[in-house]
Amino acid sequence: MLGGVSGAVARRLGWDVTIVRVIFVMASLSGFPIAIYVLGWLLIPLEGEETNIASRGLGDRRGIVIVIAFIPLLVIALLVARAVGAGFIGNFAWPLLISAAGLVLIWRNGNAGDRTVLRRAAKPFVELFGPGGPSLLSIRLAFGILLLGGGLSALLVGHPSRTALRPIGGLVLVVAAIVVIFGPWWLRLGRDLVDERQARARAEERADMAARVHDSVLQTLALIQRQSDRPQDVVRLARAQERELRSWLFEGRPLGSSNEADLTFAAGVARIQQEVEEAHGVPVDAVVVGDCPLDDHLRALLAAGKEATVNAAKWSGAPAVSVFAEVEPEAVSVFVRDRGSGFDPDEVPADRKGLSESIRGRMGRLGGEVRVKSSPGEGTEVALTMPLVSGRRRPHSQDS
Amino acid sequence: MTAASGAAKPTVLLVDDHALFRAGVRAELGDHVTVIGEADETAAAVELITERLPDVVLLDVHLPGGGGQLVVETVRRSAVADGVRFLALSVSDAPEDVIGVIRAGARGYVTKTISGRELIDAVTRVAGGDAVFSPRLAGFVLDAFASLATNPASVSAAGISPSFDPELDQLTPREREVLRLIARGYSYKELAQELSISAKTVESHVSAVLRKLQLSTRYQLTRWAAERRLD
Repeated sequence: MLGGVSGAVARRLGWDVTIVRVIFVMASLSGFPIAIYVLGWLLIPLEGEETNIASRGLGDRRGIVIVIAFIPLLVIALLVARAVGAGFIGNFAWPLLISAAGLVLIWRNGNAGDRTVLRRAAKPFVELFGPGGPSLLSIRLAFGILLLGGGLSALLVGHPSRTALRPIGGLVLVVAAIVVIFGPWWLRLGRDLVDERQARARAEERADMAARVHDSVLQTLALIQRQSDRPQDVVRLARAQERELRSWLFEGRPLGSSNEADLTFAAGVARIQQEVEEAHGVPVDAVVVGDCPLDDHLRALLAAGKEATVNAAKWSGAPAVSVFAEVEPEAVSVFVRDRGSGFDPDEVPADRKGLSESIRGRMGRLGGEVRVKSSPGEGTEVALTMPLVSGRRRPHSQDS
Repeated sequence: MTAASGAAKPTVLLVDDHALFRAGVRAELGDHVTVIGEADETAAAVELITERLPDVVLLDVHLPGGGGQLVVETVRRSAVADGVRFLALSVSDAPEDVIGVIRAGARGYVTKTISGRELIDAVTRVAGGDAVFSPRLAGFVLDAFASLATNPASVSAAGISPSFDPELDQLTPREREVLRLIARGYSYKELAQELSISAKTVESHVSAVLRKLQLSTRYQLTRWAAERRLD
């Protein structure tokens, strides 16, 4: 259930796991079997693993130091217990020490699964005492003072003669001495442990990053190397990867995900950029100013803008296409510009559907405007403007 | 020393932490400029710049040891390097990177995907004291200065500082026009032709915008710049 010790014992003895578990739980009421369970966890190697945790723990010097640091604590606990007349606690002390030491070694040397189990088991306690839990420092202090006061008054009331309290005074001195001797060492140990945990967190973060970079960037680089004789594919792959990496680095989107849902106008322009680059292998430089939600008019504008961008990528022969889109209070405009071959707008054959139907028709039906500026050798610019019906705009969303 | 002395090639110092990229830029710049040094991190860059006093520093925004913004700030604080001009170069499109380094005092910003010819053009222009706006930077500026122009009633809603100065915190219609054309991918020459103004006038508009970008206390600009600093 925890470390799988019951399962291992059951397999060795040929019993049912449940029986072993029941025996363990019954016996653990006396304390010792908990320690035995922990020892079993330490000593029985996991199925499929060569070594057990204990042999790995022997190499863990800091872990052993922590275990040794428990011994003075145990001595204090025993002294206090004897002084208040609760000597029976001494019966639990050794199993407790062994359990705690064992759990420390398991935590530090076990595999990820072991750690998860321990973390889950410790969760209620951590939540009770840890930061963010209900017990803030003040609550904890109040509780501690309450306990101290209760204990002292119980002692004083229960002992009518002061001389009987003398051993307690001695005990306090001994405990204080131990704390003075070992205190700084415990503190340093604690600090080292915090450092070590931070280092581990950093290492994990790094491993996570490496995995992401491997899944996306390195794969793409491998693809690029294989297709190095086809420059268009190389550009397409490189730009697609660049976009993905950017959205991960600067916008916090997960790598390898696309944002289909809830498109705004600016996201729509970004989508045009992406689709045209992927389909035609020509870099598209998109600059968007402001943003607003999409409606039918703006979808038509985007569709026309995409058509113009595709035309530029396909026919102009330019090495790159610039797209500029701006959301203004009264209108939204898209400019698609290339420095390619250009053409004479008056001589476009009537059957060239791209410009006449996809762009002019689409825009004209919804009250938009299209201007085409082109001349042979100078490149082309298509300017698309769609008026906005007032009251539904939300320009310049970067404010939020 | 600077390009004002006529046909003399501007001297350039490259600051980038990728040796491969520095070699690429060096090759692209060819013999149009004289590269007089390279640095790969913040402190070394500051030292080399104040020692060799190049006309233009081509400066990567992201650098070990602080970053491009810190380089610009440190060099400009020491009065020895007054004539040195900075052109920022980065793969990042994040506004806080761009605005931060411009507000620190860089004369322009281009992305690393810029072609060799455009880069030479930009370096020459910065060496001559002009500003260089990439289409993307023009887009940022339009965005940052937009909220007021679109709706004067929303002055407070747009988060503009109480010390609003129309001279600094607002673009003229002409400046907006110039920026729009830059964002549409026009070169300065094409832009001058389109607006029927001289190249010199274009330069003065762009320099005016750069000044506003550096001095304005508009909330968006200070916020973007501050975000970079907190890194």
